[in-house]
Amino acid sequence: MIRLEKLNKSYPMADAPVHVLRDLDLFVAEGEYAAIMGSSGSGKSTLLNVLGLLDRYDSGSYTLGDTLIRDVSEREAARLRNQYIGFVFQSFHLLPFKTATENVALPLYYAGVPRRRRNELALQMLERVGLRERADHLPNQLSGGQKQRVAIARALVTKPRLVLADEPTGALDSQTSNDIMDLLASVNADGMTVLVVTHEHDVAAKMRRVIHLVDGRIASDRIQVPS
Amino acid sequence: MSLDAWQELFERLDRSRLRTGLTMFSVAWGILMLVMLLAAGRGLENNVRWQFRDDAINSIWLWPGRTAVPWEGHPVGRALSFDNDDIDAIRAMPDVGALTGRFRIWDDFAISWGDRRGDFSVRAVHPDHQVLEGTVITSGRYIDDLDLAEKRKVAVIGDEVSSQLFRGEDPIGERIAIGGITYTVVGVFFDDGGPGETELIYVPITTAQLAYGGGRRVHQIMFTVGDMTVAQSEALTDQVRGQLARAHDFDPDDARALRVRNNLEQFQQVNQMFEWIGAFVWVVGVGTVLAGAVGVSNILLVSVKERTAELGLRKAIGATPGSLVAMVLQEAVVLTSVAGYAGLVLGVALVEIVAASLPENEYVRDPSVDLGVLGAAVVLLVVLGTLAGLVPALRAASIDPINALRDG
Repeated sequence: MIRLEKLNKSYPMADAPVHVLRDLDLFVAEGEYAAIMGSSGSGKSTLLNVLGLLDRYDSGSYTLGDTLIRDVSEREAARLRNQYIGFVFQSFHLLPFKTATENVALPLYYAGVPRRRRNELALQMLERVGLRERADHLPNQLSGGQKQRVAIARALVTKPRLVLADEPTGALDSQTSNDIMDLLASVNADGMTVLVVTHEHDVAAKMRRVIHLVDGRIASDRIQVPS
Repeated sequence: MSLDAWQELFERLDRSRLRTGLTMFSVAWGILMLVMLLAAGRGLENNVRWQFRDDAINSIWLWPGRTAVPWEGHPVGRALSFDNDDIDAIRAMPDVGALTGRFRIWDDFAISWGDRRGDFSVRAVHPDHQVLEGTVITSGRYIDDLDLAEKRKVAVIGDEVSSQLFRGEDPIGERIAIGGITYTVVGVFFDDGGPGETELIYVPITTAQLAYGGGRRVHQIMFTVGDMTVAQSEALTDQVRGQLARAHDFDPDDARALRVRNNLEQFQQVNQMFEWIGAFVWVVGVGTVLAGAVGVSNILLVSVKERTAELGLRKAIGATPGSLVAMVLQEAVVLTSVAGYAGLVLGVALVEIVAASLPENEYVRDPSVDLGVLGAAVVLLVVLGTLAGLVPALRAASIDPINALRDG
């Protein structure tokens, strides 16, 4: 699913460029359920951005599925994101003026799916995350956990091959966090590759693989039995 | 633009109603001002053209003056006068069109028909005077060459004269007395130069010269110059001036000896002035509209900034930069064209109301805006709308989703 070879990424800074990812090699197979951990500044967010085609890399190679991601235009990156990747964010990033259904349907709008079909698929996805009866609610009428469920439905609606979640439980209490992680686990159980960036050990403990980043390098990469 | 794009646009505008309203007002106001300015300029121009309307605009008028420069032994201050030979000499020049002299009858003659009397001016002229004054014959005929050759005692009277003396009766063939001499009325005319121009009586110049002791004297000469340019008409004027200077022994450079009015030159100057006024109106008007467009641009920049997270999210889930550019441009063009169109309609309506209720006055006549100008204004709007949206649209497209979505 994901193959990184000798991936390097640095940001230009005033004094000297900051080398964020250093000769990173990583392979993630289809259907994996993995956590990326690391302290702030370890490069985990940058890695997520590169994997999500939101940021470019300097050298090495990144292959997503069968596609070598190199020098893709913004337009092409947008298409690939829409087609292959679903994002889940810490603060949900739902559009406040749109209903749950409309929020979930938004990626389909950019995929060029007709309106009627969009709404059907969106409702199916809301059903999948258990919020069918909240379809017409606005985000401010939903709890944090419900918002994140809507966001997950939005990430899944295009049937992507990879779900990237950036601290998906960061804004939630522990009970709700567990519910969300259970939902992500069930998404993974359906065959979707799920990568979760987190700094919470409780969260990482629920995953089958934990990758530790330190200073832009993989410090440890272990397979575990989810708790 | 898809239905979804329109729906999104209206939802967005609805969420910021006050801001949208104020922005649209500024654009509408700008267009309204542009239309009003254009109409006012047109009104001024119409008025001046109207004042030129009754005389041939391609005409040159000559009056004799007093010499102010000594010339070949003649003293200064010598009064000049034209005569029939001058008329013949100028008529013989190439490029001179219609030509007439005027002989004024100074005495305050009573003019009468039977026991009705009136007080009217009498002008003794050549047949071409009709062309130069733009006189319109409403019944009968004007003075002709045969009248001059035979020194006939015929008169052409203005419709004001006709209504005062004849009060509805047919004046043609009637005899009127001018200073004791009887003339036959052969025609009635109208002239839109104002009431004074129809309280007039025209008689043949040769008849008047004979009857009122004028000899061969001519008080004023007027002629047309065809479709000459101003420069050509000035060259011809110099030629005429030279001819008259030779005939009457004065310095051709003596501006006081011969007084000249070149209507073509004046008309051209007025035309030029209106070209400048027109340009000025456009500059001010476009400036006002531009201010509105800058307002739109500004408000969209604020809107894009406020929506950074939303736009970043849209990018993350698959919006291409092009789709975001289109989204903002659509908003800009819709805002400016809808508001501008409203301003346009309002402006035209206002101009119509003002034009309809405007009393007759000396400065403005028939203010209006023509279709070509309105078309130009509409094109201007769409162009400005696009320009107004361009900067915010590119800003929206260049939003970095990583920064936009960063938490905290």
